[in-house]
Amino acid sequence: MTRTDRSVMMDARALARALQRMAVEVLELNHGTENLVLIGIQRRGVELAERLGKLIEKDEGVEVPRGAIDITLYRDDLATIGPKPVIGETHLPGDLTGKHAVIVDDVLYTGRTVRAALDELADFGRPRRISLCVLVDRGGRELPIQADIVGKQVKCGPGDRVDVLIEEVDGREEVSLVKGGGPGSGGTS
Amino acid sequence: MTALGKDLIGLETLAPEQIRLLLDTAEPFKEVSERPIKKVPALRGKTIVNLFFEASTRTRISFEFAEKRLSADTVNVAATGSSVSKGETLVDTAKNLEAMRIDMVVIRHGASGAAQFLARRIASNVINAGDGKHEHPTQALLDLLTIRDKLGRIEGTKVCLVGDILHSRVARSNLWGLTKLGAQVAVCGPRTLLPRGIEELGVTVFRRIEDAIAWADVLNVLRLQLERMEAGFIPSLREYYRVFGVTAERLERAPKELLVMHPGPMNRGVEIDSRVADGAHSVILDQVTNGVAVRMAVLYLLAGGKPELADAAKRGAPD
Repeated sequence: MTRTDRSVMMDARALARALQRMAVEVLELNHGTENLVLIGIQRRGVELAERLGKLIEKDEGVEVPRGAIDITLYRDDLATIGPKPVIGETHLPGDLTGKHAVIVDDVLYTGRTVRAALDELADFGRPRRISLCVLVDRGGRELPIQADIVGKQVKCGPGDRVDVLIEEVDGREEVSLVKGGGPGSGGTS
Repeated sequence: MTALGKDLIGLETLAPEQIRLLLDTAEPFKEVSERPIKKVPALRGKTIVNLFFEASTRTRISFEFAEKRLSADTVNVAATGSSVSKGETLVDTAKNLEAMRIDMVVIRHGASGAAQFLARRIASNVINAGDGKHEHPTQALLDLLTIRDKLGRIEGTKVCLVGDILHSRVARSNLWGLTKLGAQVAVCGPRTLLPRGIEELGVTVFRRIEDAIAWADVLNVLRLQLERMEAGFIPSLREYYRVFGVTAERLERAPKELLVMHPGPMNRGVEIDSRVADGAHSVILDQVTNGVAVRMAVLYLLAGGKPELADAAKRGAPD
């Protein structure tokens, strides 16, 4: 066992503030809500997209269409890590052609999840624009991918793990950095 | 441990949690077939051979759709029954295919045990698409998925298999799958077409179709093969229909709603009345739709199921 050291990067209040700011940035990026579609990546990205959608709705009085995608079947590493048996739901609010699709995920790491998400979205139409919105950018990219909107930048090494815990999935709200914790749940993104 | 191991030969050797895993994995694959582009890249670069030594339309096409929707490359080999004999020749065929670097074989064969025989001798994953009177696991899986979809559960449901149980690989796979998942299972058919001692497996036997209908939540009506009449198992098709046919009149007297399933191809007017096959009780076409999703799940789970890969996964290979 390696020694692990957990430190809280964001508590519930910090997380709420970050989401509020991200919601505003989404509106700025899109110049309003027109043609906007929020697409969460299973699983925490889906909940985060839902929250952003509600925040935007509160500010603008407009319901933004939401979708969810599971990118498991678009991964390029079935041969390396084997199948992931539990595949989440994929549902999109209609044809994406001409829309501005904002992909929402909890942690941006290697960029491989986003690469897979881009491939998957292409099978559902041709969005006018695709943007990326993540709660945590932990660096360590293996592909030329960057986020348009970031809740928090976290500096950490490949041996560390970022845990994003949210009420709907984990029963509490927290972002923490686990030094020496391995890539873990939020580390595969 | 991999989820399923190298092959899928039958449900007899699977644990209940493995069967549940297959059904749960099939769930998200249903949606793939509803997309504008009915394809995901999960099995890109895998080569799959459909080796069919027996006639099949539904199963072969269903497997082919499943393979194509997962982006695998597929080759169909239809060997006529007469030109290919069992044993060495089967292995030779498979070895030759393997020499061309394939990843999986889906086999349908008239001899019970052919799939297992092949699985032991080649490195590729082997999926049994029906072997003699032994098993037809993907058919039973799609039957289970359909029951779960429609009734919300399998445990505790009363399922009666009707017809030729003795010669049916579908019945055999269903018996294993249903009992492992906690369903109550019954059979109904002519005495000559029921395996002796089937009661010892905890299966209820109904001699009269009316009693089966009164008891069951689900009737799975099996195809009566015409050869059975020629071989003297039943007096005549008309006689069979009169005594065991699942008819609209008989269903009308059922005390509760029940599902009617059939693995196809149907003999309308022999084991099943056309009005039933096309009626409100019938979930026969749902079974066909579910067949593609179940086969996608089987292919997907086996494709990643090479032991060395599972070990890499356990070590936490970075992704």
